[in-house]
Amino acid sequence: MGTLALIDYGAGNLHSVANALKAAGAADVAITADPATVRGAERIVLPGVGSFRACSEGLRACAGLEAALAERVLGAGVPFLGICVGMQLLATRGVEHGITPGLGWIPGEVRLIEPADSTIKVPHMGWNDVRARSHAPLVASGEAYFLHSYHFVADDPAHVLATTSHGAELAAAVGRGNIVGTQFHPEKSQAFGLALLSRFLEWRL
Amino acid sequence: MTVRIRVIPCLDVRDGRVVKGVNFVDLKDAGDPVEQARAYDAAGADELCFLDISASHEGRGTLLDVVRRTAEVCFMPLTVGGGVRSVEDARALLLAGADKVAVNSAAVSNPQVVRDIAEKMGSQCIVASVDARRVEPGQWEIFTHGGRCATGIDALAHAVRLAELGAGELLVTSMDGDGTRAGYDLELTRAIADAVPVPVVASGGVGTLQHLVEGVTQGHASAVLAASIFHFGHHTIAEAQAALRAAGLPARGQ
Repeated sequence: MGTLALIDYGAGNLHSVANALKAAGAADVAITADPATVRGAERIVLPGVGSFRACSEGLRACAGLEAALAERVLGAGVPFLGICVGMQLLATRGVEHGITPGLGWIPGEVRLIEPADSTIKVPHMGWNDVRARSHAPLVASGEAYFLHSYHFVADDPAHVLATTSHGAELAAAVGRGNIVGTQFHPEKSQAFGLALLSRFLEWRL
Repeated sequence: MTVRIRVIPCLDVRDGRVVKGVNFVDLKDAGDPVEQARAYDAAGADELCFLDISASHEGRGTLLDVVRRTAEVCFMPLTVGGGVRSVEDARALLLAGADKVAVNSAAVSNPQVVRDIAEKMGSQCIVASVDARRVEPGQWEIFTHGGRCATGIDALAHAVRLAELGAGELLVTSMDGDGTRAGYDLELTRAIADAVPVPVVASGGVGTLQHLVEGVTQGHASAVLAASIFHFGHHTIAEAQAALRAAGLPARGQ
């Protein structure tokens, strides 16, 4: 299966994600920010908890990490999974606490959820529907745990792999090619989430 | 559908042991919070809450170990509360594997800690407790020390302030109702839920499944927390979710 690099850039719930990956069958998980380890990885998972700006700055504070990720994911085409803010970082930019550039791998912008109906609560917190689109790899329809105040607005609707509803239709997953990002937390979504992680571990392109 | 009403069992943990434990069959050790967490995970609980009531420093260290071992086997969100006074306390729990920390008395004595944790770790990981007693019709006051100490702080104003400081969620507990099994204080829950943009968890006083339903339909809560109805085996998580669905509310498990 090869080494899976779980990127440690100071953004949150690494151990929850590592535990879930192991429960889903991962044998060799390296928790790392080392560019050389990333270059040798067969799969890459980018978690993220907190604000877009803090995560973006944390990622860029690790010397050589962004370049190694781009080389491995965009160049070599290894399977990549971003989770929550790790999914949002795929966007061109985020507007949380000022405009911050993202990785720009999936064109779009990360914006505040602003429901027209004031009884709709933000953060969007709890279990909600994941409605997978027919072309989506990895992502199945079901119920998953969401916890976010900002959402991914993709420039190209074809990059939206799944949606959910919270005041309006929001992206639940985005992706293109070997890249998938989930707004929900598979590591906190019991059997539904572990099944997704298991499919990611088996994903061949 | 829409986001589901969360059903949250809450375990009191002291010195690494569950104080009130459920009698799930097949548990080797019903006093072990990790075993309890695993059972609630399998039962389809939407989240889990540990409330640490350790009095000693050693008890806190044991708690971190419990959280770490729970996170290895439990794939749903875990909130840990009790004794969180600083960013460092919150960070230690989150690193151990908690997804959210609940801030109780420190949110009264030093509300700024809510802002500090929100800025460092994100609003999504901070749950601020609002422990209140009714003092006049339609008026509630914040109490500390298990409801014994009045603070003179108006509960509704305090709740609004905690949300403004960055709390991602409020855990509203009626100190009048806690342990009575007579139901949530629905007026208190609704007054706060209608005044803040963040989700409110109703807590304190659940004795029946109907109380859970009322917490949402009349209290406008986004989540319902309960302890004894689950721990003493009166009802299962699935029964709670089914009761919510029967009342026309969105809940998991169909």
